[in-house]
Parts: sequence; structure tokens; C-alpha cells
Amino acid sequence: MATEPISEEVVGSCVDSHGSAIGMPQLCFDWFPNQIFWLVITLVVIFLVLSRVALPRIAAILAERQGTITNDLAAAEDLKAKAVEAEEAYNKALADARSEAQRIAAEARAEIQSGLDDAIAKADAEIAAKAAESEKAIAEIRAGALESIQVVAKDTAAELVTALGGEADAKAIDSAIDAQMKG
Amino acid sequence: MATETTAAEGSSLVFHPMDQFIVKPLFGDGAIAWYTPTNVTLWLFFAILAIIGLLVLSTSKRAIVPTRMQSVAELAYGFIYKMLEDICGKDGIKYFPYVMTLFMFIVTANFLGLIPTSFTTTSHFAVTIPLALAVFLTVTVLGFVKNGAGFLGLFWVSSAPLALRPILAIIELISYFVRPVSHSIRLAGNVMAGHAVIKVFAGFAAIAVISPVSVLAITAMYGLEVLVAFIQAYVFTILTCVYLKDALHPSH
Amino acid sequence: MEGDLAHIGAGLAAIGSGAAAIGVGNVAGNFLSGALRNPSAAASQTATLFIGIAFAEALGIFAFLVSLLLMFAV
Repeated sequence: MATEPISEEVVGSCVDSHGSAIGMPQLCFDWFPNQIFWLVITLVVIFLVLSRVALPRIAAILAERQGTITNDLAAAEDLKAKAVEAEEAYNKALADARSEAQRIAAEARAEIQSGLDDAIAKADAEIAAKAAESEKAIAEIRAGALESIQVVAKDTAAELVTALGGEADAKAIDSAIDAQMKG
Repeated sequence: MATETTAAEGSSLVFHPMDQFIVKPLFGDGAIAWYTPTNVTLWLFFAILAIIGLLVLSTSKRAIVPTRMQSVAELAYGFIYKMLEDICGKDGIKYFPYVMTLFMFIVTANFLGLIPTSFTTTSHFAVTIPLALAVFLTVTVLGFVKNGAGFLGLFWVSSAPLALRPILAIIELISYFVRPVSHSIRLAGNVMAGHAVIKVFAGFAAIAVISPVSVLAITAMYGLEVLVAFIQAYVFTILTCVYLKDALHPSH
Repeated sequence: MEGDLAHIGAGLAAIGSGAAAIGVGNVAGNFLSGALRNPSAAASQTATLFIGIAFAEALGIFAFLVSLLLMFAV
């Protein structure tokens, strides 16, 4: 605040000789035209600056940023789709490889199985042949054995009859032994 | 005033809380005519500079990733835009530059007034009354242009009982014409009150014993004034939006 | 003497500031209790809160103005 005396008529009726306010400065109507005049100029300038320059520019910036964000989001979406695609391809390759491996394993198993079957069949046949041979041999041996038994039995019977003091009737002994053997 | 008694006692306790609002010519001591450049002119000019600096210069790079000042500008833009859209709807967007001008001017002038030894333009009724009258006239003219006589439906409360309607109409009419008064006095009164109180506390600081309390009180009041400076600009703008909504959609 | 009476009147008018304080407190307190009951609706009502506070406070400012007028303009 001004402390030096100011002549009253030059400053106006609202300020005393010491530069202090008389009453409320807000109610000093001498100053109203001045304040309103400069206020109107200020408001017009601000309005023109805002509506012509500032606001369209900020709107453009915000729109541009929105556009950039949208584009980036779209790009991210694309990349994500690509990633999903790649994953699918990878999964498919993996599944293919797995089924291929399974197929190969099955083939190998089938091959081995058929080889095994052949070998088993062959072995079976050999075994069967050997068994037949053996049976034949056994039958021969058995037949041989029977004949020997008959001879031994006839001899033994004849000897027994003789030893008992009888007359060995060869025919009767033969028939008896045959009957016994058959029974 | 207390000045007579204290000055007579020779004390240093002198209150001049209203002296900060005196309008002075910038050059010389001449009388103040309507065209004289005064401290009002100076601080209005600073307000223009601040607004240009904030909204025009800071956005000149048009950066996608904003600098600090640019994000403040975008914040102010988004704040007022959303307020207007929320209250007035889509057809209120046309008046966005008008509302934005009011808000930016008031908030800038309020904050410039908080600079010590500055002149607070918005503490003067000579500034706030034209602002409020401009809003009032805009709203009234707009209401009649947009809705014709239908704008008078604003005063005829159709949801009230018929017998009450004339009384309500009178009350509505009075409250409508009190709008610019309260609109302007609220802003100037709040700003003036805060500045005057700070000045009164500053007057107490002349007494050595209570000066620490006084400085603390000034600090607290200053913090409150920062809040008030923004809130009053916000309230002025939001009431402008509400009045605009009345003009655009007068159905009660 | 006339000035003394004006000062008394100014002091009486300043009571209005306290009344406005009660009003503002009412608005803010009721908003807070409502907001704590339904916090999701609080954000959309802050504009209403500020309008309410502004209306309540304006009347206190009128009282202050009367007081100022009595102090400085009478």
C-alpha cells in the first residue's frame, strides 16, 4: 500500500490521502468501467485463443493418442493371434510326431510279432515232427517189447509146464499167452 | 475501523485489510478512466499469458507421450469436457469453449491472486458480476432461442399440485433472478474473504509475542486459500453447466 | 456512536458465518455417511456435493459481506 500522500482528486473518491481505501474498494463505482473494459478484452482474447488454437489442438492430440493406442492394441491383438497360431502349429507338429512315433512303434511291434509267430510255428512244426518221430520210435520199441515179452512168456510158460511135470503143448501155450496179452 | 484508535495510541498495530484491492494506475497518478492501464490490466494480462503458456505453448510439440505441462493442459481439458458432458449431455458440447474460457480465466486469476503482493482480479465485483451476468444472459437467451415459450416451463412445476403452482412459479422466478447475484458474490466474496483474513493476520504479526502464531495462521489460511481458489472456479463452472442444462432441457 | 453500532452489527452478522459452517458440515457429513454406505455411488455424486457446499457457503459469504459493508461502507 502506498504510504506517501496522494492528492485525492487525482486518484479518485475511493482512496484517502494516505493511499488507504475508503470503504470497500470493491464498491468503488469509479473503477467499474475500467475493470469491466479490461475484463471484456481479456475474456475475448482468452476465448479466441482457446477456441481457435488451444482446444482444437488438445482435441487433436487426444484423438491422435487414442488412435495410437487403438492401433497399438490392434497390433498387439495381431501378435497375440500369431502367437496362438504358432502355438497351434507347434501342437499339431507335436501331435503328428507323436502319432508317427506310435505308428512306427506299432509297425515294429507287428514285424516282431510276425517274426515271432513264424519262429513259433516253425518251432511247433519241428517239435511236432520230433514228437511224431519219437512216438514212432516208442511204438516200435513198444512193439519190440511186446514181442520179446510174448517170447519170454511162452518160454517161461513152457519151462513152468515142463518143470511141473507136464507135457508142454506149444499150441495151447501160444493161444493162452496171446489171449492174456490181448486181454 | 480500528485504525483511528490504534494510530492515536501510537501502536504499530495497523489494519488495512482492504488496501490490497485498490485499483491503481500503472503509470503516474492520474484519474482512472475506462481505458487507463491499471494493476487490473496488468494481472489480467498475466492471466492471459499464463493461460497461453499452459494451453498453447505446452502443447506445441503435440507429443503423444505428454510432458508435465502438456498433461496438465490435457487434464484441464478432460476435466471440463467431462463435467459439461455429464451435466448437459451431448448437445452441451457446443458450448465447451465458452465454459472452458470461464473456468480457465477464473482458476488462473485466483491462483495468480495468491502470489504475494499481487492483485486479485476475481475479488472484485466489477469482474465477477459481468462474468455472472454473461452466464445469465447467455442462458436466458439460449433458453428462449432453443425452446421458445417452452422455456417458461422451467418456472411452471408440472409435478406439483395445481393450487401450489403459481406460488412455486413465483419462488422459481425469484430464485432464477437471484442466480447471477449469488453466482458473482460467491466467487468474489470467497476470494476477498480469504485475502482479507490473511491481511488481518499479517497485521497481528506486528506484535512480537503473537507473530509466530500469526505466521502459522497465515500459512494455514494460505493452504485453505489454495483449495478455495480451485473449488470456487470449479463451483462457478459447474453452476454454469447446470444453468446451461436448464436452458437446453428446461423440463422440470 | 454511529460507528460503534455499526461494529456491533458487523459482529452480529458474523454469526451467519458460523451458521453457514453448520450447513457446510451437514452437507459434507451426510455425504460421507451416504458414501460409506454405498461407496460405489459416491464418485458420481461429488459434483452434487460441491454444488451443495457452494450453496450453503454462499449464504455464509452473504453474512460476511453484510459484516464487511457495516465495517467499511457505512
